[in-house]
Amino acid sequence: MTDSKYFTTTKKGEIFELKAELNSDKKEKKKEAVKKVIASMTVGKDVSALFPDVVNCMQTDNLELKKLVYLYLMNYAKSQPDMAIMAVNTFVKDCEDPNPLIRALAVRTMGCIRVDKITEYLCEPLRKCLKDEDPYVRKTAAVCVAKLHDINAQLVEDQGFLDTLKDLISDSNPMVVANAVAALSEIAESHPSSNLLDLNPQSINKLLTALNECTEWGQIFILDCLANYTPKDDREAQSICERVTPRLSHANSAVVLSAVKVLMKFMEMLSKDLDYYGTLLKKLAPPLVTLLSAEPELQYVALRNINLIVQKRPEILKHEMKVFFVKYNDPIYVKLEKLDIMIRLASQANIAQVLAELKEYATEVDVDFVRKAVRAIGRCAIKVEQSAERCVSTLLDLIQTKVNYVVQEAIVVIKDIFRKYPNKYESVIATLCENLDSLDEPEARAAMIWIVGEYAERIDNADELLESFLEGFHDESTQVQLQLLTAIVKLFLKKPTETQELVQQVLSLATQDSDNPDLRDRGYIYWRLLSTDPVAAKEVVLAEKPLISEETDLIEPTLLDELICYIGTLASVYHKPPSAFVEGGRGVVHKSLPPRTASNESTESPETAPAGPPSGEQPDVIPAQGDLLGDLLNLDLGPPVSGPPLATSSVQMGAVDLLGGGLDSLMGDEPEGIGGPNFVTPPAAAVPANLGAPMGSGLSDLFDLTSGVGTLSGSYVAPKAVWLPAMKAKGLEISGTFTRQVGSISMDLQLTNKALQVMTDFAIQFNRNSFGLAPAAPLQVHAPLSPNQTVEISLPLNTVGSVMKMEPLNNLQVAVKNNIDVFYFSTLYPLHILFVEDGKMERQMFLATWKDIPNENEAQFQIRDCPLNAEAASSRLQSSNIFTVAKRNVEGQDMLYQSLKLTNGIWVLAELRIQPGNPNFMDLELSLKCRAPEVSPHVCQAYETILKN
Amino acid sequence: MIGGLFIYNHKGEVLISRVYRDDIGRNAVDAFRVNVIHARQQVRSPVTNIARTSFFHVKRSNIWLAAVTKQNVNAAMVFEFLYKMCDVMAAYFGKISEENIKNNFVLIYELLDEILDFGYPQNSETGALKTFITQQGIKSQHEDKRRAIPDHQPGDWANWLAAGGHQVSSERALPGCAGECEPPHVPTGGKQSIAIDDCTFHQCVRLSKFDSERSISFIPPDGEFELMRYRTTKDIILPFRVIPLVREVGRTKLEVKVVIKSNFKPSLLAQKIEVRIPTPLNTSGVQVICMKGKAKYKASENAIVWKIKRMAGMKESQISAEIELLPTNDKKKWARPPISMNFEVPFAPSGLKVRYLKVFEPKLNYSDHDVIKWVRYIGRSGIYETRC
Repeated sequence: MTDSKYFTTTKKGEIFELKAELNSDKKEKKKEAVKKVIASMTVGKDVSALFPDVVNCMQTDNLELKKLVYLYLMNYAKSQPDMAIMAVNTFVKDCEDPNPLIRALAVRTMGCIRVDKITEYLCEPLRKCLKDEDPYVRKTAAVCVAKLHDINAQLVEDQGFLDTLKDLISDSNPMVVANAVAALSEIAESHPSSNLLDLNPQSINKLLTALNECTEWGQIFILDCLANYTPKDDREAQSICERVTPRLSHANSAVVLSAVKVLMKFMEMLSKDLDYYGTLLKKLAPPLVTLLSAEPELQYVALRNINLIVQKRPEILKHEMKVFFVKYNDPIYVKLEKLDIMIRLASQANIAQVLAELKEYATEVDVDFVRKAVRAIGRCAIKVEQSAERCVSTLLDLIQTKVNYVVQEAIVVIKDIFRKYPNKYESVIATLCENLDSLDEPEARAAMIWIVGEYAERIDNADELLESFLEGFHDESTQVQLQLLTAIVKLFLKKPTETQELVQQVLSLATQDSDNPDLRDRGYIYWRLLSTDPVAAKEVVLAEKPLISEETDLIEPTLLDELICYIGTLASVYHKPPSAFVEGGRGVVHKSLPPRTASNESTESPETAPAGPPSGEQPDVIPAQGDLLGDLLNLDLGPPVSGPPLATSSVQMGAVDLLGGGLDSLMGDEPEGIGGPNFVTPPAAAVPANLGAPMGSGLSDLFDLTSGVGTLSGSYVAPKAVWLPAMKAKGLEISGTFTRQVGSISMDLQLTNKALQVMTDFAIQFNRNSFGLAPAAPLQVHAPLSPNQTVEISLPLNTVGSVMKMEPLNNLQVAVKNNIDVFYFSTLYPLHILFVEDGKMERQMFLATWKDIPNENEAQFQIRDCPLNAEAASSRLQSSNIFTVAKRNVEGQDMLYQSLKLTNGIWVLAELRIQPGNPNFMDLELSLKCRAPEVSPHVCQAYETILKN
Repeated sequence: MIGGLFIYNHKGEVLISRVYRDDIGRNAVDAFRVNVIHARQQVRSPVTNIARTSFFHVKRSNIWLAAVTKQNVNAAMVFEFLYKMCDVMAAYFGKISEENIKNNFVLIYELLDEILDFGYPQNSETGALKTFITQQGIKSQHEDKRRAIPDHQPGDWANWLAAGGHQVSSERALPGCAGECEPPHVPTGGKQSIAIDDCTFHQCVRLSKFDSERSISFIPPDGEFELMRYRTTKDIILPFRVIPLVREVGRTKLEVKVVIKSNFKPSLLAQKIEVRIPTPLNTSGVQVICMKGKAKYKASENAIVWKIKRMAGMKESQISAEIELLPTNDKKKWARPPISMNFEVPFAPSGLKVRYLKVFEPKLNYSDHDVIKWVRYIGRSGIYETRC
């Protein structure tokens, strides 16, 4: 008799029939009925109506029937929590059963019933089972603690289960130890700082002893736990390694990989001069190779890990090339991974063999595999110089096959070969050009165009070739467009006479007819270069390129180190840190390799493996995509800009600003992030030194108090700070501040000439910024600035300039030019200069908007030490265009509801809570709601500045 | 840890579904069906990430087994567990097929409850499980009784040391009182003069002891098991040489000649020899002549299968075939799979020998002499292929 009959379709009245059978007196019949119920459950039918009847069958001595009922319970208890309580008594009773199997079964199942009400009943039985005389019960109870922790972490802590679990690490039975370790590791992951596992030499010793005795799975739990331990010195590391090494001979690949993880990690701490270090390296290779005879899925996991290991310590597998050769029957995922490793291991010693294999692979059927094989040939050429010639001729053979994707792939790699070995293989260009028409993939087209541009002087019809691409310029992908632009400029610089028209054409296509900013900008750069200084252009565009290195697609070293700590796990399969694919906080603790402890090598960084390609100087890696774009842009920008690139310099300047601006002790005791370390606050004795602004803030306050309406509002003005110190700008010192007066924003500048020569021809320009701030008029310095002379200028600003989001939001990059040079600096403007005068919202509107903005957009801040009452705060804020819409008093606290509007139309709603009390010590609480929540911190800064001054 | 385990038939219908963790919902079942089983393309990886949920799958005939998780689990462990689960199921009810799974679903649920707790694999040795599992396996009536060659075949070159068949009756310890009775203890070992690249052992072997003393000491589980697996690349006597000759006669005809030469002592007999010669997909007819054994063209497998029951050492045999091809203008070329071979020889081609086998049984107190011991050497081909 078989069970498949239970899968037969439902008849009408089936539930009723089952009910009757469940209540039958005959045990056999009951059993049959429960089986039917479970079959229905499996195929997704709802049999929850039978809950009471099934639970009634629970009280039985028959283990088989009991198990069936428990299975049902686990599935339905959650949907029927009230009825699940009915089962509690039986569980509690079963936990006392003389048969250890029943005790274990009860505690295991109870843990799977995720109903809050049940958990409290679970505690006592669990406590008993954790101390049960039978190890089978104890090991089940250990896992149950993890289950309970998942449902109610607090309960587990309160009940002291964690301590009991810790005690189980010293249990006499290795299976109990293993499960306790597994449970503790999981719980510890959700409390990264708890030091729950408390690994010390004693407990490590216990684990290592249990390791010899427990099941394969237990060994994995223990090894994975060991890997989290950091030995105190190299001696301890070595002794653990010695005891872990025998695991490399385990038949279970997961045990082997986890052992490899421990060894790879602890090896970091061993000195390379140690004999043991060499022994260990030798011991690692054979088991890694053996993993390749496992089932294909495991081979895949192993290969992904070997890929990491080979990058970290290439010496381990350098003699094992052959085992990575692809077999005919390997699944495609194994083939692709093997190919990757073959390239990493390719060296002068084995290159002949490798090439023979690769050539074979390039004629296979699977398109992805063939492409990768072709690419691999190119990578071999780049990696092993001696083989380059043979690789190139192999590639040419492949191009002759005319198989479309083979040709394209070959051209892409040949481009890289040209870069690695300039002026060596250009004779093949003719062959490449023959295949121009068949290229339909952007990467291949771009590569071909690059080749034509780079070697334009040797290709007679280079202009025709490039022109043919130009016809469909707008249909090309960005990659191709950029490449075409550069190639034609190169061509023009090489053969200016006959290609003038062509270059004009491409420049206008790129700058006028394209809306791609990269393309447009590159177009402009070339255009200006060509029109101002063709010689310089030649130097820039046709500059000698740095050689590319042999290693490609390397994983970034810090990520690699982290992934080494995750050998065997999903992270090592995805080559991504767990945070990239695990939700929530669990399992996302950042891991890193331990530092080497041996004194003589203490300064050496762990990444420097001997003889390894990733060691020594960082090689320029071939960028995988959009390859030359990065290179060229760097080259293009390099020479003409005399200073460092704008972005970096401005950041530095910003930092200098702060110090120069007299960041005084007032800022010192404010928490970071609120006071904002970048915000310029006035010194304690704020003298209104801003001569450029006709009205000080105090005055406008007065206006507000009398008139009640902020018509003549003048926002708070910070004193001037040094933005550009003289030493950075060849003697020109610029300090300044921002003001807002009656709706107009201006930048008040003070220029001081600290040089020995006269300064003239001032001009100013802003980089694009978050709110489109731009000078509304040119910088007017009427007379030349003589040495030691200072001039005050108020530069009107508008907000109609180009917009680009900056980091931080209120960052403004400024370029100032004079007869000496161009200087760059950056400054942060206070956001309140952007608060507009009509920022008062209607009450109703305010209420509706407040509700309408989702809660996640709400940001809470505290403004400390602000001794103001509601009226004073309100009027002070109003002068800076923050308007009070309503005021309430709730439980002795004053609540101000305020609104403001930014120049770009963004509304910010605020709730300011003022707690009366000691007037010398007052904290304000500010909640901001805005549809663009990124402005909130800056608005808060503005609040703080306004309120405190 | 493993969050859930699903078994599907080839259509993607769920046969078994067991969820261990709350973060795995019922929609995970469908996600796998839609994205992997019903995917248009061939599956490119045994691990699939769909919406931050990772699916590990293995296939046995047309049954899909999938383990699901949302955490950074030990991936190698998950696959090892899936294989182990297949082994356990096969031990209970034979082939893993839709029919057998449906027939045994209660058993499977019971097994899953026992060998996976909260997603942590637990003891899964078939012998040990007998104590806990109440259900009996139900084998299909028309179950193929032949023992299949194990699925996992190491390396280019494999041979097993079938050191099985210990006539040791060992009383198994109850799980609850594992510490109480000392089971028998069997060390084997000795000096080896052949070079082994690497070896792995069944979990019953004391690895630390092997590491220090180089003798294999183990407590055997019930039933037949693979004690040791080794890999060697030096000094192997290849028992057979395969020499293929392929000649294209025009566009519609192919002449194939394959010679096999046995390369071992003439007094020994190789058995179950089978040579597979792949044929192109556009084959229309095949004529075969062989000196020894039987050869047949199997159109469904695109291969000529040549079987020889027995063959002594230092002999030679040959097959020739004429393959007629249909003219095609299909540009996709034939992948030319390698010629493969299967056989069994009564020796270990690696030269590995068992020096001695000793049995210790302190509990029942019978000495090494009372035990009937024997060792048989069988070299069985794993993947034995020649490119042609």
